[in-house]
Amino acid sequence: MAEQRVAQTRSKVNDFALKLANVNGTGSSSANNLLMRAIFRMGVPVSGKNLFPSNIQGLPTWYEIRVNKDGHVARAREYDLMVAMNGQTYVRDIAEVTSGGFTMYDSSWPLDRDLIREDVTYLGVPLAEMCNDEFRGPRERILMKNIACAGALVAMLGIDMEVIKQLLTEQFAGKERLRESNQRALRLGHDYATSHFDHPLPCRIEAMEATHGSILIDGNTAAALGCVYAGATVAAWYPITPSTSLMDAFAKYCAKFRRDPETGRNNYLVLQAEDELAAIGMVLGASWAGARAFTSTSGPGISLMQELLGMGYYAEIPAVVFDVQRVGPSTGMPTRVQQADILACAYASHGDTKHILLFPAHPAECFEMAATAFDLAERFQTPVFVLSDLDIGMNDWVSPALTWDDSYVPDRGRVLDAAELRELEVYHRYEPADAESVAARTLPGVSELGAYFTRGSGHTIEGGYTEYPEEYQAVLDRLARKHTSAAEHTPAPLVDERAHSPFAIVTLGSCELAVLEAIELLAERDVIADYMRIRGFPFGAGVRAFLESHETIVVVEQNRDGQLRTLLTLETPVSKEKLRSVLAYGGYPLSAEDVVDGVTKILET
Amino acid sequence: MPSIVKPSVTHPGLERNALGLSIRDYEGGMSTLCAGCGHDSVTAAITHALWESDTPPHMIAKLSGIGCSAKTAAYFARGAHGFNGCHGRMPPIATGASAANRDLLCIGISGDGDSLSIGLGHLAHLVRRNVRMVYVIENNGVYGLTKGQFSASADVGSTTKRGEANHLQPIDPIFLGLSVGATFLARGFSGDKRQLVPIFRAAMAHRGLSIIDVISPCVTFNDHEGSTKSYLFTRQHDVQMTVTDFVPPAEEISATIPSEGVVSIPMHDGATLRFRTVPDGYDPTNRMAVMEHLMSARGRGEIVTGLLYIDEQSSGLHELGNTTEAPLTQVPYEELCPGSAALAGVGFR
Repeated sequence: MAEQRVAQTRSKVNDFALKLANVNGTGSSSANNLLMRAIFRMGVPVSGKNLFPSNIQGLPTWYEIRVNKDGHVARAREYDLMVAMNGQTYVRDIAEVTSGGFTMYDSSWPLDRDLIREDVTYLGVPLAEMCNDEFRGPRERILMKNIACAGALVAMLGIDMEVIKQLLTEQFAGKERLRESNQRALRLGHDYATSHFDHPLPCRIEAMEATHGSILIDGNTAAALGCVYAGATVAAWYPITPSTSLMDAFAKYCAKFRRDPETGRNNYLVLQAEDELAAIGMVLGASWAGARAFTSTSGPGISLMQELLGMGYYAEIPAVVFDVQRVGPSTGMPTRVQQADILACAYASHGDTKHILLFPAHPAECFEMAATAFDLAERFQTPVFVLSDLDIGMNDWVSPALTWDDSYVPDRGRVLDAAELRELEVYHRYEPADAESVAARTLPGVSELGAYFTRGSGHTIEGGYTEYPEEYQAVLDRLARKHTSAAEHTPAPLVDERAHSPFAIVTLGSCELAVLEAIELLAERDVIADYMRIRGFPFGAGVRAFLESHETIVVVEQNRDGQLRTLLTLETPVSKEKLRSVLAYGGYPLSAEDVVDGVTKILET
Repeated sequence: MPSIVKPSVTHPGLERNALGLSIRDYEGGMSTLCAGCGHDSVTAAITHALWESDTPPHMIAKLSGIGCSAKTAAYFARGAHGFNGCHGRMPPIATGASAANRDLLCIGISGDGDSLSIGLGHLAHLVRRNVRMVYVIENNGVYGLTKGQFSASADVGSTTKRGEANHLQPIDPIFLGLSVGATFLARGFSGDKRQLVPIFRAAMAHRGLSIIDVISPCVTFNDHEGSTKSYLFTRQHDVQMTVTDFVPPAEEISATIPSEGVVSIPMHDGATLRFRTVPDGYDPTNRMAVMEHLMSARGRGEIVTGLLYIDEQSSGLHELGNTTEAPLTQVPYEELCPGSAALAGVGFR
């Protein structure tokens, strides 16, 4: 056992970061969740980020917990406490410990001398040894090692053991034997820590009331619920990380909420397609027939869907696509995060196309924007993308409890029924257009009077085939006007101009927490920034006005090429020179320090 | 090139179906295919079968991919919605439409390029899902719109117009269907409407997916000597393995339909399929036996036609999905939204 020094002078109560390094497939995630949930239950703002490999068993996996009483829970880059349980990654892991921090490790085996840092305190707990004595069978011993480790952390972080007990009771309701063995393992670790170390550590939890009324939820679950609430009935998908859990959640909630109590029959159909081409085809077919239909996918799926997305745009068929972004290009890093599909979605497919995009920043927005996406898709008769990402989609976030306005009425757009068709002299699919350049559609199975031939080939405003320039252009130009009309219907940006600064930071999606924290850190260095988070494309007047009224603007996003910046320069009058980029694209969620460093560098030059 | 609207003149003496509609009411736009194209005969047979089956035109959904075959969907049932999708992608689009509105009679028109090359994967999975639809492959062995390249159904040894021979093995949609669990498989010849109409009618009554592979010669690029998909070659090698009558539910047996058949198969909606002629030992409900007969016929160089395989027992898309009886498009929003109160249990608290 290394000697324990109290090297940290600054108070770390409810303000620290902890990282657990593990091997995947060993059951570490239930121990990780237990810790995160306990901190949440103690009322302290917290985030838990799972950095997992694209692998089933054997590769390194990490879980990062950040605790911050002020709610700054974006990813930390350094850790006050490292739980180094994976020999493969010791060197990297120990290098990430902040000076004066702690490393907990399994002291059943000696630690390599080379791994000892003078400025770090080592807490050795003989986890394997204790669990081998206490439990039978290799599987249980490995699983319980993680729980015993959590027990030691509970002691060292000052987590309330009563909260832990309650969590175990809830988790293992009806499984008394499991509850008992988990409890026993926790106690092992806990007792070892309390009898061998000064505890709790300077980085520790003290109960607060800051999470009262909040929930823990991941963005994919919230998005799936949003689809249930929006009235989606047909869902088609092809399994792909990190979007799979969205459809899993949709199926789960549908089984709960969408089964007719009298007949036992389902008011939904989930289709697991043969590939993403089929998935978007099914969505278009179902939407064409009048259902609210959606798919969930990630970058490679977006690439495969391109042709049919163009058809949806040109033939004017609603579709909702959730793109839970991961690292590209190609297969990229399937279990890491990026925001690199912005341009691929904005201009998806060959030919002149433009699509509506929504950018949720957290699970609650995933929930709300689901209904917005269906409303816009049907109002403007076109595909709509919800660009979430792996960090939002797969990690648990502290979120305000989800709320739903029961007076919501879906905007089904202009759809003519049989009676309305009878009043027309003649029905044409693509005319007359309304003030938003949208023409009324009809659904199959309603009336012969509304029959038309949907086609991706050149068509006239009547819907007939054409190869004449003026007839083709009449339709294509209206589509451009229609896209422009959508600008005032996409969610307005969130703006904070209280500082009245000529300098501003613009961002989107999951960058929000890191950017807001960075703005505070920059203010401490006398760099004052206004703030805008863009929530939709096409950009509305609010976005344009903000860009116009600031002199220097930094666009923060998670891709190499500054895709949001590019989209802003292409689709607003802002000059290229005015927009500077701060980019993070290595695959880990954004940290406030990434933003501070990037902004500082720009302002120095 | 605007689309050509067909003049609609109905002779007062034309026969009416149960809906009071004449065959004219099931026609569509004027064909822009080559004169003599097999596809136009397929259109005529589908039109006839739709009229005979008393299907309300607005309950039909016509779907196609890309190619000469895809155009066919515009040439019948003008009172129906049509969807001319992307190349090879009609099966998923039809799956979505059928998922949303199970009451639609989906009629998919495809070709050998659309179904057996670019869309082969989708076709196989459409079969596996047993989506209720009539899936017609207008099979001519060539790509017409791109001027005569071989398709995946071209036989080994068959030649192009310029005399080049195909060396690649053909994909036969009937064998494909048998191997992935198809529930209705038939082959016809566009030159034989008498055989096609009852097959289409049976297909329309089938509650799952029916594949009808129709040899439909391309007069411009594949009707020469050396082609195995020409009119002449097909006529010379067509062996009608089965002859089938479709007897609608509760309909009196007309004089043209013999009351006795070798095998009678009751259909789900109460109709009956009566196999008038089948070879010795042929059982159209026995996958293995059908496979054997077709294999040996292929060895003899025969083009086997007829309703070849049927399975009325297997469940379709909506039975497997346990979906509500009403089309999903008709379930009121109030029944779909769980309401704010249900959010109380959502998320970890």
